[in-house]
Amino acid sequence: MERMPKWADVVLVPLFSVVLAFLISGVVIWAIGEDPFRAMEVMVKGALGSSYGWGHTLYYATNFVFTGLAVAIAFHAGFFNIGGEGQALLGGLGVALCCLFIPWPHWSMALAGAMVGGALFGAAWAAIPAWLRATRGSHEVITTIMFNFIAASLLIYLLVHQLRPQGSMDPASPRFPVETRLPRLSEMLDAVGIPFATRTPANITLFVAIAACFLVWFIIWRTRLGYEIRSLGKSEKAAVYAGISPVKVTMYAMLISGALAGLMAVNSTMGQTGRLINNAAEGAGFIGIAVALMGRSHPFGVALAALLFGFLYQGGGELSLETSIPRELIIVIQALVILFTGALDNLVRSPLEKGFALMKRRGAG
Amino acid sequence: MVTTDIAGRQETAAPPSDFAIELRGISKAFGPVQANKDIDIRVRRGTIHGIIGENGAGKSTLMSILYGFYKADAGEILIGGQPTVIPDSLAAIKAGIGMVFQHFKLVQNFTVLENIILGAEDGGLLRPSLAKARDVLRQLAEDYELEVDPDAVVDELSVGHQQRVEILKALYRHADILILDEPTGVLTPAEADHLFRILKGLRDQGKTIVLITHKLREIMEITDEVSVMRRGTMVATVTTAETSPEQLAELMVGRKVLLQVDKAPATPGAQVLEVENLRVVDKSKVERLRGISLGVRAGEILGIAGVSGNGQSELLEVLGGYCAATGRVRLNGQDIPLTGAGANGQARRDAGIAHVPEDRQVRGLIMDFAAWENVAFGYHHAPEYQRNGMMMNLGAMRADTAAKMERFDVRPQIPDLPARSFSGGNQQKIVVAREVERNPDLLLVGQPTRGVDIGAIEFIHKQLIALRDAGKAILLVSVELDEILSLSDRILVMFDGRIMGERLPGQTNAQELGMMMAGMGGE
Repeated sequence: MERMPKWADVVLVPLFSVVLAFLISGVVIWAIGEDPFRAMEVMVKGALGSSYGWGHTLYYATNFVFTGLAVAIAFHAGFFNIGGEGQALLGGLGVALCCLFIPWPHWSMALAGAMVGGALFGAAWAAIPAWLRATRGSHEVITTIMFNFIAASLLIYLLVHQLRPQGSMDPASPRFPVETRLPRLSEMLDAVGIPFATRTPANITLFVAIAACFLVWFIIWRTRLGYEIRSLGKSEKAAVYAGISPVKVTMYAMLISGALAGLMAVNSTMGQTGRLINNAAEGAGFIGIAVALMGRSHPFGVALAALLFGFLYQGGGELSLETSIPRELIIVIQALVILFTGALDNLVRSPLEKGFALMKRRGAG
Repeated sequence: MVTTDIAGRQETAAPPSDFAIELRGISKAFGPVQANKDIDIRVRRGTIHGIIGENGAGKSTLMSILYGFYKADAGEILIGGQPTVIPDSLAAIKAGIGMVFQHFKLVQNFTVLENIILGAEDGGLLRPSLAKARDVLRQLAEDYELEVDPDAVVDELSVGHQQRVEILKALYRHADILILDEPTGVLTPAEADHLFRILKGLRDQGKTIVLITHKLREIMEITDEVSVMRRGTMVATVTTAETSPEQLAELMVGRKVLLQVDKAPATPGAQVLEVENLRVVDKSKVERLRGISLGVRAGEILGIAGVSGNGQSELLEVLGGYCAATGRVRLNGQDIPLTGAGANGQARRDAGIAHVPEDRQVRGLIMDFAAWENVAFGYHHAPEYQRNGMMMNLGAMRADTAAKMERFDVRPQIPDLPARSFSGGNQQKIVVAREVERNPDLLLVGQPTRGVDIGAIEFIHKQLIALRDAGKAILLVSVELDEILSLSDRILVMFDGRIMGERLPGQTNAQELGMMMAGMGGE
């Protein structure tokens, strides 16, 4: 029984959810005495109206692609990995250790090394809750969220007591060597003759993120591991009947998930700040949940949703600069998007389904 | 004190109509699927009226419309001659309709009394309601053989007793019309007989009973009239005394059907499966298998009869590799591990055991997966489905699925359709095709035809016989005695985790097996 064409499910439902979230946000903006249309204008201009805006939007989107993919692949295995934040923090540690203590001759090798470091540390941080879940049945929502707190405390300890250069008042690691500096998007575009704002954080990791989307798509729908992951996610009983080991597949899925979250640090810690700072993940791990929900756990949906949230992040920053609308309002918009795409999915879905049923009947009758 | 009158003595206005229920021109579509097409049916007051039809014929949809779960697209409902609108189940109850679902809707950790008054409490305090319900219950038990301990917790009751609670619930709500959806599916033959006595008693007291079933035997045994549905339409309504099972089957399917399985005598060969002293203890420390020993030879079908929940499922799970056990199992003389890393579905398949599981929707298939993904399920390591060490060969999987669908007449023949879009019979054909075509030494089969239409039952039975004749061993678990009797070469009866005894199908009958299934007789 197909209720709705697939494209409507994939495109219309998220689109309507976003529109609804924006409409309600508009009401909120209007209620605090600001002009919602002007706010929209500022956001669009600030995030997409200039190469400066794009340079930031794409930078944020890159972060969200990684954390979104991390949540998405866990979803496919039937798990809710809320620990993207902590895994990204640990990924940052891995990236920082790689950059600080290994003398890289060239940024390309440093990039490869840091990717391995970030992914390994992120995966290791996901491995413990995954193991507890697979063998002891401890619910991953509880354990991963707790591991976020542990990660944050661990990072603060390391930054303050171990990595902080002597005499510095800042809980941050020393600057990474200049050889590890990744090419910025502006430099790359400049090389082919396209002018782009230079002081923007978007960097080569953007392309790593795009590659990660394809890789995750490939894993989920083309490999045997992906087949087993999806089987487990759809029905554990059936998976066991088929001889798929839930322990093994849970571990694989969560390790990939943690590795993806850890890779985010390549973009932020290596590509943007050039040193490990406190709270380097900046909540991107949580945004990944919204991104995965909105992208329907499909890597390409995740890419689009990440772009939207990149826009919200950058546009929201501009909003607080240009108007008296507080930056926190962006969190309200984000929360509304999560609410509509995640929790209130049926609010949008069932009227759409009814509409399509009606159209079909009209068409047939 | 209007509410104190009890069921059976209810004296609401009884309009002068011979028909308790009359449906006129009922139609209901789900998307492109026309579940009910212009259905007319009249159920005489004070009779037992059977509704029979294959899975997906629209019986349950029709009754759901009558009970207010669905709204009909067109048509009219008359209850006792009065046009009635039934927007929800509350209205149905008000109109005097009670429904006993296939899957009971009871709160497992409430007592019988608490379940009975649930939703029908008078006022905010429970004590008066409970006291009243206790009186009513005593009266009903006397009138209709509906004895249940009012203070027992539902969880601890047998399935047959739980069903009585459902019936009592309906009667407590003054139901004049009782609809039962496949009521005997979970009952022992003895329990089913008791249920039929209850239903006859209710009918003799003037209640109207609608019995939905796919079992021809029950229809013949208990109904006064029977309506046959096929593909959403009402094909015929006949007087039971004037029809025959053959005629009903033909009406249901639309063609002549072989009710008896056609098979040559078995020619058993070498011992394929040997099971010794198999024991399983479940999570709550209950022993589910208490020392099972059996053997299956090549070229024979060993049938395991029993009411569901007596250890047959565990037996299949142990042999299928996903339930730990102690004891000894040998396949072709080789010991196979019952615990640890070697005990999994993959290892069992490699050893030559294929498995049609009892519940295709929970285990056998992934309902959201396309048919071609399901055809590889469990065999996704098979070399023909691999492109290289990591990638699967989706093209090969699709092609193989299309070929299997052709050979097993799966409809619609679309490999990309998700499993849930197929009818029960076609879903089961996908599972059977997947397992049988692996040409296993031993095939485990659980409830092969549960929720499967007659046409597909015939087909699946033929496939099993063909596999047997090809010299393979088959272990068949089924709660359908007819199926066990007609397919098996030998029959074991299980009760409470033990084997009650062995019988040969030609030398036993349903009555004897039924006694053994209830734990009596044997050996």
